[in-house]
Amino acid sequence: MFSSLIDTSFSLNDLWFMLKGAGVTLAVTFWAVLAGTLLGLVLGVVRATAPWWVNAPIGFVLDIFRSVPLLIQLVLANAFKPMIGLNWSSFTVGCVVLALYMSAYCTEIVRGGFLAVPATTRRAARSLGMSWSQDLTEIVFPIALRVALPSWIGLTLGVMKDTAMVWWIGVVELLRSSQVIVTRIQEPLLVLSIAGLIYFLMSFPIARLGARLERRWHEND
Amino acid sequence: MSIEINDVHKSFGPLEVIKGVSMTVAPGEVVSVIGGSGSGKSTLLMCVNGLEPINSGRVLIDGTDVHDRRTDLNKLRRRIGIVFQQWNAFPHLTVLENVMLAPRKVLGKPKAEAEAIAVEKLTHVGLAEKLKVYPSKLSGGQQQRMAIARALAMSPHYMLFDEVTSALDPQLVGEVLDTLRLLSSEGMTMIVVTHEIAFAREVSNRVAFFHQGRIHEIGPPSQVIGNPQKPETVAFLKSVL
Ligand SMILES: Nc1ncnc2c1ncn2[C@@H]1O[C@H](COP(=O)(O)OP(=O)(O)O)[C@@H](O)[C@H]1O
Ligand SMILES: [Mg+2]
Repeated sequence: MFSSLIDTSFSLNDLWFMLKGAGVTLAVTFWAVLAGTLLGLVLGVVRATAPWWVNAPIGFVLDIFRSVPLLIQLVLANAFKPMIGLNWSSFTVGCVVLALYMSAYCTEIVRGGFLAVPATTRRAARSLGMSWSQDLTEIVFPIALRVALPSWIGLTLGVMKDTAMVWWIGVVELLRSSQVIVTRIQEPLLVLSIAGLIYFLMSFPIARLGARLERRWHEND
Repeated sequence: MSIEINDVHKSFGPLEVIKGVSMTVAPGEVVSVIGGSGSGKSTLLMCVNGLEPINSGRVLIDGTDVHDRRTDLNKLRRRIGIVFQQWNAFPHLTVLENVMLAPRKVLGKPKAEAEAIAVEKLTHVGLAEKLKVYPSKLSGGQQQRMAIARALAMSPHYMLFDEVTSALDPQLVGEVLDTLRLLSSEGMTMIVVTHEIAFAREVSNRVAFFHQGRIHEIGPPSQVIGNPQKPETVAFLKSVL
């Protein structure tokens, strides 16, 4: 297909190979975002409500995840995993490290959204007889979601790009598969353009979804 | 069946805000609470429905001790509606959904029934045209009337109002006071904290003047407002009239 249009040795097989890499990228992103968001949700609520002596140690650990470069975290986790008796694949290590990384940022996003809900609004909910947990699910979370969504979308798109680093512990995702093809056919510009396009096509729906939700909510503001 | 406040004391840290307040509100009675800013009026209302704990004394609602550990406050609060100075709309829900929420989640009413209740209450406060609108599209007076409808949807026996007109533009005060008048004419038992002295005089059975955490003077409006006995009451009325 490509060779008939322009003079290239990039084949359909290569494209298929890259798409499989893209599948791995999506899988790592999916698990990291899912687990990272759930953990971030729990820790964010804890951070927003717990006393300082619970808060301070959690904040300290999360600061580590946020300040040490992801690449170092991946390589160290991969190297140390046998020492603590874990028999995880590189794929699992990549997902877990990225999930922790995601959760560290997500915690702050959730905390910010939570604290953006006025105390008077929550008091109004409680005065209607709603329980603490009903206040959370019916009032705080929906309002906080609107506040936090843009940052969460940005974080998710960032994590999708950061999955490229799991290459370093031996996972063949989109960027690694592209690099394999570049090495073989020596056409880096073409291959990287295709890889970039695939990244874009994967990010675009998430960004669009976010923009649409935001627009709908803003109509009510 | 009444609200009984018995020698209530309440402190925030070292600051004692309520210094021994006693008052009984009988069924169908409207008691207005007036007094200077910071005298503890809002705090008292929050102690009545258990939003704030107290240090000593008792508050009984229909004989149930609000501050007894064994009291289920979420259940008790179904009987006491409260509307605050800030409008406190739930911004992510339409006007109708704002009012339906507690009947559905707290009383467990089916959707159709909760909706019927909400439509009835919103019609009552004059918001029948605004059911599908989001609160941000309402004026302050409309938001405040929605908050009243939201409290009424729980069919409370008692209503507490905390300066519900203080944050409103002057031209919107009247419509909210009309709603309160309507409730009092229907026999709702109410404690109304207000700066609207003329309104307090008109609707109240009794007026309580609050001063430095105590009820300084209490009695029929003709006395407390018309012919105050204490110099502090006289001074306060001068300052607001
Ligand atoms: N949550 C709180 N923490 C500490 N002090 C408070 C709190 N709420 C109210 N106060 C103080 O209690 C006093 C009475 O306040 P409030 O009941 O709001 O008075 P009012 O409603 O009569 O203006 C004020 O001095 C106020 O600063
Ligand atoms: Mg007040």
